[in-house]
Amino acid sequence: MRIALHALPWLVAIGAYFAMPEQLPLLSAIAIAALFALSLDLLVGYAGFVTLGHAAFFGLGAYVAGILGQQGWGEPISGLLIAAAVAALLGLVTAPLVLRAGELAGLMVTLGLGLMLYEAANKAAFLTGGADGLQGVEIWPVFGAFRFDLWGRTAYLYSLAVLFVLFLLAQLLVRSPFGLSLRAIRENPKRAAAIGIPVKRRLAAAYVIAAAYAGVAGALLAQTTQFASLDALSFQRSAEGLLMLVLGGLGTLYGALIGAAAFTIAHHTLSEASPQFWQFWLGIALVALALLGRGGLMGALRRMTRR
Amino acid sequence: MTAFLSVLLDGFASGMLLFVLSVGLSVTLGLMNVVNLAHGAFGMVGGYVCVVLLNRMGVPFPLALAGATVAAGVLGLVLERTLYVRLYRRDHLEQVLFSIGLVFVLGAAVDWFMGARQQLIQLPDWLSGRVEFWGVGLGRYRIFLIAVCGALVAALHLGLVRTRFGAQLRAAVDDGVVARGMGLPVPRLFALTFTLGSALAGLGGALGVEVLGLDPTFPLKYMVYFLIVVAVGGTNTVIGPFVAALLLGIVDVLGKYYVPEVGAFIIYTAMVVLLLARPHGLLKRADA
Amino acid sequence: MITRRALALATTATLAAPRLVQAQSGNFRIGLILPMTGPFASTGRQVDAGIKAWLRRNGESVAGRRIEILLRDDTGTQPDVTRRLAQELVVRERVKALAGFGLTPLALAAAPIATEAKVPMVVMAAATSVIVQRSPFILRTSFTLPQATAPMAQWAAANGIRNVATLVTDFAPGLDAERAFKNRFTAAGGRIALELRTPLRNPDYAPFLQRVRDAAPEALFIFVPSGEGAALMKQFAERGLAQAGIRVIGTGDVLDDDILNEMGDVTLGAITSHHYSAAHDSAENRAFLESYAQVLPNVRPNFMAVGGFDGMHLIAEALKRTNGNDDGERLVAAAKGLSWTSPRGPITIDANTRDIVQDIYIRRAERRDGQIWNIEFDRIPQVRDEG
Repeated sequence: MRIALHALPWLVAIGAYFAMPEQLPLLSAIAIAALFALSLDLLVGYAGFVTLGHAAFFGLGAYVAGILGQQGWGEPISGLLIAAAVAALLGLVTAPLVLRAGELAGLMVTLGLGLMLYEAANKAAFLTGGADGLQGVEIWPVFGAFRFDLWGRTAYLYSLAVLFVLFLLAQLLVRSPFGLSLRAIRENPKRAAAIGIPVKRRLAAAYVIAAAYAGVAGALLAQTTQFASLDALSFQRSAEGLLMLVLGGLGTLYGALIGAAAFTIAHHTLSEASPQFWQFWLGIALVALALLGRGGLMGALRRMTRR
Repeated sequence: MTAFLSVLLDGFASGMLLFVLSVGLSVTLGLMNVVNLAHGAFGMVGGYVCVVLLNRMGVPFPLALAGATVAAGVLGLVLERTLYVRLYRRDHLEQVLFSIGLVFVLGAAVDWFMGARQQLIQLPDWLSGRVEFWGVGLGRYRIFLIAVCGALVAALHLGLVRTRFGAQLRAAVDDGVVARGMGLPVPRLFALTFTLGSALAGLGGALGVEVLGLDPTFPLKYMVYFLIVVAVGGTNTVIGPFVAALLLGIVDVLGKYYVPEVGAFIIYTAMVVLLLARPHGLLKRADA
Repeated sequence: MITRRALALATTATLAAPRLVQAQSGNFRIGLILPMTGPFASTGRQVDAGIKAWLRRNGESVAGRRIEILLRDDTGTQPDVTRRLAQELVVRERVKALAGFGLTPLALAAAPIATEAKVPMVVMAAATSVIVQRSPFILRTSFTLPQATAPMAQWAAANGIRNVATLVTDFAPGLDAERAFKNRFTAAGGRIALELRTPLRNPDYAPFLQRVRDAAPEALFIFVPSGEGAALMKQFAERGLAQAGIRVIGTGDVLDDDILNEMGDVTLGAITSHHYSAAHDSAENRAFLESYAQVLPNVRPNFMAVGGFDGMHLIAEALKRTNGNDDGERLVAAAKGLSWTSPRGPITIDANTRDIVQDIYIRRAERRDGQIWNIEFDRIPQVRDEG
């Protein structure tokens, strides 16, 4: 029974490939958003560390993969790995700054660093294309065989496979002693320190891992669209990721998947139905969910299954 | 030198305006522990009320400002009593979800009635143009901004320090549980404070139409600035956010004047450095 | 070449194949992608209304096929969304033409989709020179900044202005305008005193204008995106640049008809060069204004609206020439070289570059019948993009 429940999202995702061959671009967008929300869940949901600047890693990953593709190295999988490494490096460098400041100030430092990177990318037009975006990205076929096609088949299966692998990895991670120590820190940092958990070091590690995850998500976006632009680094991207995660439910990993899917589909359907006023209906939905449901969609699901 | 003084005064004026717009956010965060990202939406509503009163009904500018203040305050009161009150004990992230949703709703509603384009107002003659003091030129409207906002800062500070309401407010901020236990009417205090904060935002939005522009994206556009003021200034006093807003305004304008190539980079760097040096706000010691 | 083969493989490999070979009847679907919300929403609303005005005037049936518009919002700031919407419209909705594209980055992001899907992509708003080179399927009915700017530089030099500061928004169209102005103006013996670039997002013009005032040129040349001109002109007045003897010249984007009237007296006397003014005196324009007023009463159409109107006209004419055949390559071939009289005046889609060739007008902001208009007083015929 449990195994069936765990397999359900993935069966749905694969079923969607066959059932909705014309919706693949949207499905890829969902997979990428889900990976980004997943990376936030590791940091926000498990470690209890809220960030407003997570798009910095997403955007950095996107630009790294994009620039590699533009400069003649379009091999996608190594591109992902390099993007992850660079994002992790940025995480490693900034973690001490972010963790030094404490809760609210730390939150704002993440925001500040994110905005700084946005401005830097905007000004470094020779490298990033500035406000016009990165042009001329060429990504080679996956495994030298599967080209990124117009229908978005390769893009979707590729994104989904990466999401799946990283999801399994995340699951191992949160169940490991390391993951349990993160939860202890979230519940009570002082007690966690008292029982001998190196709080700052563990938080820094979570921060770096989340950064690498976000970097991969960004790289996926750049590779599947063969384009990178400043909005990948924007505050809106960070905020949207958080919205998806809170919508789905924190600290469950599945919440990230469900939240990303629900948010992206709602956004897409509403804006198609009403290009001018979709924000109104999306806003109503967010307000209602915040007022009614605790623990996001996952919380609501749990309450339903318990009954 | 005169150019420097002109630019400095401009920065001063824009910092003052920023303070009026964001002080409500810092108080609601400090007092009620609510992350209200919809704070800018009250500013937007104030701005639109001002535009409608001024352009469509021909109300004089000072009255339009008053109308905007009242309208935003009433909206704040209504929303506090009906919606925000349910969120006080909830997770910060759920408050974020709620307030972003509210921003979307209010932005789309404003778009429905007024359209998406920039709203423009014509200032009365006594506020337009420019005067020179000893060779230093300054826009009349900027002087007006400095005067109005300066008076507000003084009134707020005195109100907080001298009045009974201020004393109760400070008590509730310092320790809500004890304040409640001592019999302070905390819910009423919350409602009043929220109304006041929204009204100030409304006034700021109305004053800002001429300087910051106004369209349905206003709350999201300036959200980051409000957050910076609150984080750098700290949430417990009026003076902290005031100093932070002034710094922000001045550094921003000076940076754009002297090193436009670097753009907004300066302001974010300044924020990060300040936060690292003083994580609990400008006026508080790190170990306090 | 790889592209074509892979596409053929993909087509034959799936069940999608039968659906691709559609009969040449039924609705002709156009995917319209515009910023309908966000900071550039007014651009989207204008283009959309321009298209609706064309359909209202000419009917919705062309060469035996009913025109169906599928409108999508890309919010103006997310090129990856624009690209995804284009992809979806082509793959799922089977649109036979893409249209709209509010800003340069958005158009550039969608260009590869047009190439790969082989559908015409009609750019109705974005105005950087390079866009048309990014896909052989791109056609443009807006304008380019070098096209609008060079005549302004020429006029300034011919009218005794020797020393100019430039102020442009820091993205591709702005840099195009800056370069075009500088080249033409210095070639005519003028001098550029100061070059300033303002950020695209959340600009504050006051400090930049203070620098202009300190540099004291004879004129300030401005390009900012549609809608931004209001904030700029306000600051221009407040800083007392006019009293300091600095004139305003610029492209018509600055004195956008959409908000020109509300911008007030500060605009009076400003000289701009552009391809369309709502005050243009012609039968075609009067008819356009009339249809537009039925779609959006109380809003004055600006150059974005006319870009939408003419873009719709271009698609319809091409479809007529192919007798309703919706093959992308045929449609583009039919559109190349088309000439007609638009509300803005005579225009041609250049057969080689697929870019627009049109008259550029020099205009002065004046008050007529209680409203402010850009009154055209000089015309440079059939200007090409020289970017």
